[in-house]
Amino acid sequence: MRFARRLWRFPGGLRLAGNKAMSLATPLVEAPLPERLILPLRQHIGAPAEPRVAVGQSVRKGEILAQAREYVSAPVHAPTSGRVVAIGEHPVPHPSGLSAPCIELAPDGEDRWDDGLDVPEDPSSLPAAELRARIRAAGIVGLGGAVFPSAVKLTPGPQQVIDTLVINGVECEPYITCDDTLMQTRPRDVVEGARVLRLLVGAARCILAVEDNKPQAAQALRRALTGEAAESNEPRDGIEVMQVPTRFPAGGEKQLIRVLTGREVPRSGLPLHIGVVCLNVGTTAAVYDAVFRRRPLISRIVTVTGPGVRRPRNLLVRLGTPLSHLIEQAGGYAIERPRLTMGGPMMGLALSDDTLPITKATNCVLVEPQPAAARTLPCIRCGACVDVCPVRLLPQQLYWFAQSGQYDKARGHGVFDCIECGCCAHVCPSNIPLVQYYRNAKSEIAAAERERSRAERSRQRHEMRQLRLEREQAARKVRRRPAARPTREAGQ
Amino acid sequence: MMMPSAAGTPSLAPGARVGAVMREVIYALIPAVAVGVWWFGWGVVVNLVLAAATALAAEALMLAVRGRPVWLFLGDASALVTALLLAFAIPPLAPWWLIVFGTAFAIIAAKHLYGGLGFNPFNPAMVGYVLLLVSFPREMSTWPAAIGPGVASSPLGIQDVLSLVFSGHAGAGVTVDAVSSATPLDAVRTGVGLGHAVDAVRAGGAFGHIGGKGTEWVNLAVLGGGLWLLARRIIGWQIPLALLATLAGLSGLFHLSDPARYADPLFHLSTGASLLGAFFIATDPVSAATTPRGRLFYGAGIGAITYVIRTWGGYPDGIAFAVLLMNLAAPTIDQYTRPRLFGERSGG
Repeated sequence: MRFARRLWRFPGGLRLAGNKAMSLATPLVEAPLPERLILPLRQHIGAPAEPRVAVGQSVRKGEILAQAREYVSAPVHAPTSGRVVAIGEHPVPHPSGLSAPCIELAPDGEDRWDDGLDVPEDPSSLPAAELRARIRAAGIVGLGGAVFPSAVKLTPGPQQVIDTLVINGVECEPYITCDDTLMQTRPRDVVEGARVLRLLVGAARCILAVEDNKPQAAQALRRALTGEAAESNEPRDGIEVMQVPTRFPAGGEKQLIRVLTGREVPRSGLPLHIGVVCLNVGTTAAVYDAVFRRRPLISRIVTVTGPGVRRPRNLLVRLGTPLSHLIEQAGGYAIERPRLTMGGPMMGLALSDDTLPITKATNCVLVEPQPAAARTLPCIRCGACVDVCPVRLLPQQLYWFAQSGQYDKARGHGVFDCIECGCCAHVCPSNIPLVQYYRNAKSEIAAAERERSRAERSRQRHEMRQLRLEREQAARKVRRRPAARPTREAGQ
Repeated sequence: MMMPSAAGTPSLAPGARVGAVMREVIYALIPAVAVGVWWFGWGVVVNLVLAAATALAAEALMLAVRGRPVWLFLGDASALVTALLLAFAIPPLAPWWLIVFGTAFAIIAAKHLYGGLGFNPFNPAMVGYVLLLVSFPREMSTWPAAIGPGVASSPLGIQDVLSLVFSGHAGAGVTVDAVSSATPLDAVRTGVGLGHAVDAVRAGGAFGHIGGKGTEWVNLAVLGGGLWLLARRIIGWQIPLALLATLAGLSGLFHLSDPARYADPLFHLSTGASLLGAFFIATDPVSAATTPRGRLFYGAGIGAITYVIRTWGGYPDGIAFAVLLMNLAAPTIDQYTRPRLFGERSGG
């Protein structure tokens, strides 16, 4: 099959100041082990993992702490050897700010792998089903932030034909450089992982996509692909490196697929419906670890950056490490009233507390000064938001519906298509926190939906009960009647 | 360590900039004001000052009555933009109460009674203008003749202008009527109505090279300001382009069919409020259509209605009526011009 090597455009988007250099100045190092690791049972989309250890139990590095029972779920492994000290509620990074079940681990400092792990292996002889099982057992989820279990994504079903595998190294949000660092430090692992994944999904073509503000990462990948000497841009073994224009949110899955293939993922569909599977570079490296080295997902690269830390940098971090520990490794706070964000400044999650743990979703910890009290003005319908929306929504109309509680209309105008990239809020001259309104509308609609289906269920239950009672009553009558008749007959 | 709570998404939020946007609109009008003074004298400035003072006072009053933060909203400068546009539309040397009444009505009724900034369905300046036009047609159509070039060549000093505006007459028996003349659009309409050819009418003294004497230069300055707003991305291209293209297209079509009866497109573009309307009035985002395609329809509608009113209607210019009529249609236009969502099948 021949593929065009041109690039397409996605609608809207923004050119943002990258602010990436600050965290790239220092080379990647591994963060030392903290005193305590806190591992949420749900660091992924889907059902929480179920604990398989007891308090007081000693575990070794890579051992399963909690198991995935549902299809859409992922296990949690011990990031180091140590003792389970608690299983219970702990604050986790979540928009609600609530606590969730976690396993707490006290490292013993020996960092000893469990038996049978961390051994080299050649996956080329493994059947596809076994590869998927390994990826699933390694607890691999989308490390770009979506944390969807990768094994599910890599099981498209027999009727879906996948022709293109996209490995996403775009990293379009300002400040974040963990994927850039990964591509520069482990380009061979990314390429080897991509080889395995391409065969696994049966794609003729695999694209390693890098934003064009990361030339070193792109070059590292090209070298790893074609050998040290050659740096040609020709596809090798069906794999090629493509640089995409720097434009936020080019790293969004749907946006990137559009840029690379010209195809649009259907509104309520998935990439696999148009023959594409897309995985993050970090996920790809994790797949490499799982299938070539039998290592589960227990650490990741995290960018600790922003004007609020003394030495912005990238750190290789064990999952479950408290944020405060990482901030110490980055020289500590440089400002009085820091504001913490997990993720980037556009789509990240504002955190209330630095005792929260790093999870599989944490690509960046951004430390900024608290913003001055933001004053908002009424929407003047200027349409600046329309021009930047990558989904071609009408954010000003959605805002109108959302703030006046007209959720049906918000839904009709596609509020669920919103990817919450924040471009609209960024350009709003009235400084309206538009994304918050959309999130609120989404959760209100979802809540109403749940309420409706619960009411529907109880109505059905009630009707079934009525029906049953009537049936029973009728049956009783029928039983009584034949009993009565003979009596009468007897009396004749 | 606990952080001060910061709900929701963080953002590289640069803060509210509505005021900055409005101020750029005001700057873009400064050249036109200067050229206006050069050709029509100090009356232009008097209009501006009266309108601005009235607008700010009315805005502050209404904000206070409605319990809104007065300084925050005065800072958005939107009342000043309304005042500026209205001052441009009212003849210099008009009596003071005309400007004060029109501006106060625009701000109080057309803006604040509908909920203030962002909530007015109609362009406030045009509501004020149309109210004055239908209530005081004589005062609203008494335009002074071009005096220039050069303010100094005016027979009226600043003293005379002020006493004309505030008392209706100046020294040595000068009245407004004595210095007034028909506007180009009015002259063409009346002349063609009397059976004269457009060219013959345009040989008169009120006309310049392509449009009206003096006003063509003011409109050139308006065009410059408008292009600057476009370049600064303060306004989008859809409304001005659609408006001017429709006006030019329709007038071109009729001009070709009968040049004696219908003025040429350049005349239509360079007279009246065509350019002011295209770049500064119809682009008021609050009352315009907001979808990209909708803005094309919206602009085209204004251009078409304007041409119809100018050519066959009862008023020499039609921009204000056209804008208000299309304001009325804006929500419907938005409803039917929603863009195809990403991943949505075309037509689906």
